[in-house]
Amino acid sequence: MMFNEETLKEIKAKSDEYDAQVAAGLAKRPERLAKFVTGSGEDVKRLYTPLDVQNTNYAEEIGFPGEYPFTRGVQDTMYRGRFWTMRMYAGFATAEASNERYKYLIANGSMGLSVAMDLPTQIGYDSDDSLSEGEVGKVGVAIDSLADMEILFGGIDLGEVSTSMTINAPASVLLAMYIAVAEKQGTTADKLRGTIQNDVLKEYIARGTYIFPPAASIRLITNIFEYCSKEVPQWNTISISGYHIREAGSTAAQEVGFTLADGIAYVDAAIKAGLDVDSFASRLSFFFNAHNDLLEEVAKYRAARRLWAKIMKDRFKAKKSKSWSLKFHTQTGGSTLTAQQPENNIVRVAIQTLAAVMGGTQSLHTNSKDEALALPTEDSVRVALRTQQIVAYESGVTNSIDPLAGSYFVEAKTNEIEAKAMEYIKKIDDLGGAVAAIEKGYIQQEIMDSAYNYQKDIEAGKTVIVGMNKFQIEEQPPKDLLKVDPSVGESMKKKTQGVRASRDQAATDAALAALKKACEGDENVMPYILAAVKT
Amino acid sequence: MSKPIRVLVAKPGLDGHDRGAKVVARALRDAGMEVIYTGLRQTPEQIANAAIQEDVDCVACSILSGAHSTLLPRVKELLKEKGGDDILFIGGGVIPADDIPYLKEKGCAEVFTPGTPTTVTIDFIKANVKK
Repeated sequence: MMFNEETLKEIKAKSDEYDAQVAAGLAKRPERLAKFVTGSGEDVKRLYTPLDVQNTNYAEEIGFPGEYPFTRGVQDTMYRGRFWTMRMYAGFATAEASNERYKYLIANGSMGLSVAMDLPTQIGYDSDDSLSEGEVGKVGVAIDSLADMEILFGGIDLGEVSTSMTINAPASVLLAMYIAVAEKQGTTADKLRGTIQNDVLKEYIARGTYIFPPAASIRLITNIFEYCSKEVPQWNTISISGYHIREAGSTAAQEVGFTLADGIAYVDAAIKAGLDVDSFASRLSFFFNAHNDLLEEVAKYRAARRLWAKIMKDRFKAKKSKSWSLKFHTQTGGSTLTAQQPENNIVRVAIQTLAAVMGGTQSLHTNSKDEALALPTEDSVRVALRTQQIVAYESGVTNSIDPLAGSYFVEAKTNEIEAKAMEYIKKIDDLGGAVAAIEKGYIQQEIMDSAYNYQKDIEAGKTVIVGMNKFQIEEQPPKDLLKVDPSVGESMKKKTQGVRASRDQAATDAALAALKKACEGDENVMPYILAAVKT
Repeated sequence: MSKPIRVLVAKPGLDGHDRGAKVVARALRDAGMEVIYTGLRQTPEQIANAAIQEDVDCVACSILSGAHSTLLPRVKELLKEKGGDDILFIGGGVIPADDIPYLKEKGCAEVFTPGTPTTVTIDFIKANVKK
């Protein structure tokens, strides 16, 4: 309890008085709206008071940073120790072009790399496959072979940087390539730091780059957990992603509920495969969105941390404190950006950055203003990175940990989002877990309903998007958008055909045959994939 | 009573972003149209075949991956080849303004970019299908 009974009684009396007084005045001076809601459409009361958090036990539910249940943050000093990792997602065209962008970002103060791969790479097609036509190098870099990976990280010391790769279905292959490139540079796997997204369930829910059915995908994922716990111990083996769930249209509470339900499915699978929960849990990481409703978003991150801590401790009986703590990457919300008056997006991204930082993120990608139009240019990426640096160095919000804690509103919303997310998890448990819930279409349908309601609210003018459905201007289509050189597809085709022609085909065939055999049995396939990418 | 307008909402290429396609599909349905959604990762051949088999009045392709200049003209070409030249062909997604004239030259009747109200798309289809 945060307040004694006597105090609460006084506040209640005063609060009733205030309500009556306001109600009397409303006839003459009505409020702007009949109902106020968050960005996710949840009710917001006029005023929050100690009455709204009277049942919250500070020590048990809020506590201290770096301690269970981690509501206030996962480290004991948070940004007073070091800032979050400013990690800009980038990659396009060829490995050469992306390598240049990474060096540019590092020179400008980016602290970790974040690799975007093109769709053929994400779905396992070579650049010369007929299904890759028109897609090569478009939304990220094309990686067909180890040769491309060596160019991508040329001149970048993999023992020094931490690298996040947005790769899911073929995550095992790309991780193997990363390990192989590092070995060639003279860095052993145990020194490598980074993250693979490796979250196939959300591909089925929201993002679409799945290859194998869920069960086979989950086997690959648990193989990676096991392999990395021994060989690549500093690697985050999965980034369980709410980002795409939110982009697909979910509410904040659904983002937390569905993401943690996916997390539960992975932990379940790994335990079933014989792993000890404390051997891999500390390498699980999460990835959340940041939308415009600043306080709701802060509450969301706090609720997610608290709920995951409870799940790991109570449901999975994890014993190590590190297994309970939810570490997460954030990206600002792509779907909140407008193609109209794109400069306004810089302001949106700044608000979202504040949300992520006051919510205690471990790393952050800020979107560029032109992303509703095309891939960002170098100039707009710089402004996005500078936005993080301004929040870090100038805003002051980093000086004290979890500065919004104790706000009656934020604490009440934290409780509410946690409760709603837990309801979704219960519903998914009843359906037989996340895999079953996805197969039944439950999660996709819930998200779609929210997305459609949101669109209707925008079109009815109930939700105002500045510059899009209010305050519009006549404007010329923007110039200077980034264009990917259309010859990339052709040059990648030639390169990959060259690799195929010059490699030792017998060695490749033998490595693939060994991998196939391992897949048919119960062995861990990672060593076989590593051997295959080297041929 | 006239027959409802039939629309094929399609996702050509490898792009997995289908929030826009699904929202448009539902809005068209709520506007009284019959809507068929292809699902993800359709080749231009699959889309053209489905359009002919389903005897649709309109094909609406959604694409956010940047492959529009390759894939949309190919869908239109195949529709023409298969006798579906009179099917209203429209596109939408993250498509830079600079690319729109080319797409229109290749047979896209209209291209709808982010922020377009669904009512604009609905009105366009109603006004332009061959009936």
